Amino acid sequence: MSDSHEIQAHTDALLPDPGHPEHHWRPTDVDPKAERRAERQVATLFGLSVVCTILFVVSYVTLQTGIGGQEFIGLGASNVALGLTLGGAFLFIGIGVIQWARKLMADVELVEERHPASSSLEDRSATVAALQAGLEESGIARRPLIRNTLVLSVGVLVAPAVVMLRDLGPLPGDKLRHTVWAKNMRVVRDVVGTPIRPADLEIGDLVNAEPEIIFGTDKGQPLPSGEVIEGSDLQVQKAKSATVLLRMDPDDIVSDVTRNWSVNGIVAYSKICTHVGCPISLNERTTHHLLCPCHQSTFDLADSGKVIFGPAGRHLPQLPLGIDDEGFLVALSDYPEPVGPSFWERETKSPQAIYDEWSKETGQ
Amino acid sequence: MSVDTSKVATSNTSAATANKPTKVGAAAEWADERLGLAAMGKKNLRKIFPDHWSFMLGEIALWSFVVLLVTGVFLTLWFRPSMAEVTYQGSYPNLRGISMSEAYSSALNISFDVRGGLLLRQMHHWAAMLFISAMMIHMLRVFFTGAHRKPRELNWVIGSLLLLLGTLEGFTGYSLPDDLLSGTGVRAADGFIQAIPIVGTYIGFFLFGGEFPGDAIIPRLYTIHVLLIPGILLGLVAAHMLLLVYHKHTQWAGPGRKETNVVGYPMLPVYAAKAGGFFFITFGVTAVMGAILSINPVWKFGPYDPTKVTAGSQPDWYMGWPDGALRIMPGWESHFWGSTWSWNIFIPVILMPMVSWMVVTSFPFLESWITGDKREHHLLQRPRNAPTRTGVMVAAMVWYAMFWLAGGNDIIAIKLHMSINQITYFLRAAVFLGPVIAFFITRRWCIALQRHDNEVLLHGYETGVIMRSAVGGYSEIHLPISEEKAYAITVRDRGPEGAGEADGPKANGKLTLRDKLRTLYYEDDVEKPTVEEIEAAHAHAAHAVEGGHDDAHAIEGGHDDARAIEGGHGEH
Ligand code: HEM
Ligand code: FES
Repeated sequence: MSDSHEIQAHTDALLPDPGHPEHHWRPTDVDPKAERRAERQVATLFGLSVVCTILFVVSYVTLQTGIGGQEFIGLGASNVALGLTLGGAFLFIGIGVIQWARKLMADVELVEERHPASSSLEDRSATVAALQAGLEESGIARRPLIRNTLVLSVGVLVAPAVVMLRDLGPLPGDKLRHTVWAKNMRVVRDVVGTPIRPADLEIGDLVNAEPEIIFGTDKGQPLPSGEVIEGSDLQVQKAKSATVLLRMDPDDIVSDVTRNWSVNGIVAYSKICTHVGCPISLNERTTHHLLCPCHQSTFDLADSGKVIFGPAGRHLPQLPLGIDDEGFLVALSDYPEPVGPSFWERETKSPQAIYDEWSKETGQ
Repeated sequence: MSVDTSKVATSNTSAATANKPTKVGAAAEWADERLGLAAMGKKNLRKIFPDHWSFMLGEIALWSFVVLLVTGVFLTLWFRPSMAEVTYQGSYPNLRGISMSEAYSSALNISFDVRGGLLLRQMHHWAAMLFISAMMIHMLRVFFTGAHRKPRELNWVIGSLLLLLGTLEGFTGYSLPDDLLSGTGVRAADGFIQAIPIVGTYIGFFLFGGEFPGDAIIPRLYTIHVLLIPGILLGLVAAHMLLLVYHKHTQWAGPGRKETNVVGYPMLPVYAAKAGGFFFITFGVTAVMGAILSINPVWKFGPYDPTKVTAGSQPDWYMGWPDGALRIMPGWESHFWGSTWSWNIFIPVILMPMVSWMVVTSFPFLESWITGDKREHHLLQRPRNAPTRTGVMVAAMVWYAMFWLAGGNDIIAIKLHMSINQITYFLRAAVFLGPVIAFFITRRWCIALQRHDNEVLLHGYETGVIMRSAVGGYSEIHLPISEEKAYAITVRDRGPEGAGEADGPKANGKLTLRDKLRTLYYEDDVEKPTVEEIEAAHAHAAHAVEGGHDDAHAIEGGHDDARAIEGGHGEH
């Protein structure tokens, strides 16, 4: 602690301080003509700002926005005009004020002494004394019962704030473990919602698909439950059940699991990356590799969606495929494991283990 | 002084008009009788601010924050933070009739149907870029010049909080329009949250009001974006400024500029005019950028659809480095006891940024613990005079840059026709090796510059003028540097002069960690010369100048013995 109230800063200066440099007068200080010229300059700049503001209002009234509007160097004329005039209005004021400061305001550098950041020792001891007196008079040290119950009562007041947050959302339950895919649900094309026959796909074709239920009951078969999903629920379900179909030469399929869940070389996988959940979209035709555009995880669709490259930690879940009476592709069940990014409660197993469990459960 | 002050215009004299009852005086009296502001005004109205271009960086950050507040408030007048599904009927033909969220539809409306709306959106976004870049560069300036040292450590902490919150504010803003790009970002954020062990799934469900995407996230992000974070930012900015005024700005050493004073222009009028004028310039520049530089054209991306993504989707640049870390992280995941631990996500985007931020925030305390320097510092340090610190920051910059590059690995691969695998393996090594190399190079470089300073101090600067002596030898003329410059260069501590006392060896005879770090911190520093050395050098130089061609001769002499002897004889 400092014993005197002085600034404790110190940096060794080796040579004697030559002292403050001499002040030089500017032309505007000594030449009345230069001074008046500078004055006019500044006023002109302010005037230009006014002109810009007026032009801004004029552009606002006369130019049309958006697609129907006029164009200027390929940009919307309204946006360019409004932006440039607004910019000018501000820039001219800014330049004017700075010019004023540089040319006409006093330019003598002044010196101010610094003071230590700390208060003087007197102030400090007075404050400590005041604090002590206050605490003393409150008796907080002498009455631990009061102190402790106060701390307790204020402390537990955190509870209402935290408890209130409970209704921010529902508990996860098993929602992340299921999608709307179900036994015999048709695999339909994304966007249009039409069902797919194996013959519709040629080797190498990649199709974005959705479960039929996403498109409601008006297309294809009526759904057993008569359920229609809409609004944000639809988004939630789409986000989980998006699927890709790829047709490959059946001989290219490497893993037994993939083969068992395929139909004529057509395999279905979750489109949602197991990394952080981007929809995977890039297909390398010759290799059956699917690449996620977000962080480049690459999955081998011929081999149970195994990760070949990138930061994903887990294979892509495969949807067991079958064919219904009318020859359309259907799911044999929901995805046998949770789709999408990992979460802590997720039980993660090898494709073979998942397959074995699945066959036991479904008897297929 | 030989200036004819009779000619000096009124501009540079402060006429003593305090006693005259002016209008300003009357107004001040009215206010003071109610608010008692005179005591504060007396101290602060003519407060001195030193001038240097690098002190402007913080100002850019401050003023772009003001631009954000102004344009942001205007945007709230039309923006609707709702995820309710609507069918777009606005004037952008390509999307008419398409289902989308109300948020996206209102962002389109602002862009196409509100006059000046697109300008506001673009200004807001450009100002956000400016805000965050300016904060980062300002932070580098502070660090490289040692302005974070006592008594300003707490302002450094406030600054790093501002950077953290500014980044979060940017991310929440980017997510609001609910276009395909912003939705992809939110989707990734959902994945990040779920990767948090044990509580992640719950946090995710609470934040999103259920499963992703749900209908709650945009309104919630909106509250965070327009109320919660700006409120905290405003408070922190105010505290930052108050502390700045209280500590008074640091300054560079120079004639008349000491640790115990501050030299510059008074707040009123010069500093206020320059800083105030600079606000108008910042605003004007953002307006011009908003006029001619397109940014985040949300209509081109389309509404968010969880089944779609655009190739090469990238977050705003300041989110690039965790994204890069995420990309080059190996896919490590552990599975045990029915649980999944996503190290591949948790480490790069949650743990690493948190730890980095904590290290940056605590840096002033770490440094003063290592050096033991407990003095106040008001003079800035040239980066070369703290080689270890400068090296550390350059290493951190390289570290950041490598991660940031990794965030564009797909773009690099396409542009340079390289395989993404090679780039990834290279960057995995580079994030560790790059900083180490950068540290050693920078530190050496600083030390070389210190040596150069001594050179200049003792032997003068190289004029670039080559002299040819009578006998044909060449030499470059060195001239002594000005007294002012010499003074400024020599204001620096001599090695660990400012350091505290060493801990001394431990019971087992070994050095404490702190003593070891302190030795490393100051190791190889080139001390400034002593006064005697400077005097000796100057005496020698004076002699050399007297004897003009003599010196050149001596140099030449090394090559040509006969002449040297001859010449030598001639002169003596
Ligand atoms: C301090 C820092 C702030 C940052 C870094 C920031 C950043 C952003 C960004 C990057 C966007 C996306 C803009 C786009 O559409 O391209 C955005 C949107 C938005 N911001 Fe901010 N913002 C800030 C403060 C504010 C404040 C104070 C308000 C209001 C009080 C505000 C209101 C809005 C609104 C309404 C939108 C959505 C408008 C739209 O996208 O069309 N922002 N913000
Ligand atoms: S989300 Fe697919 S690689 Fe990251």
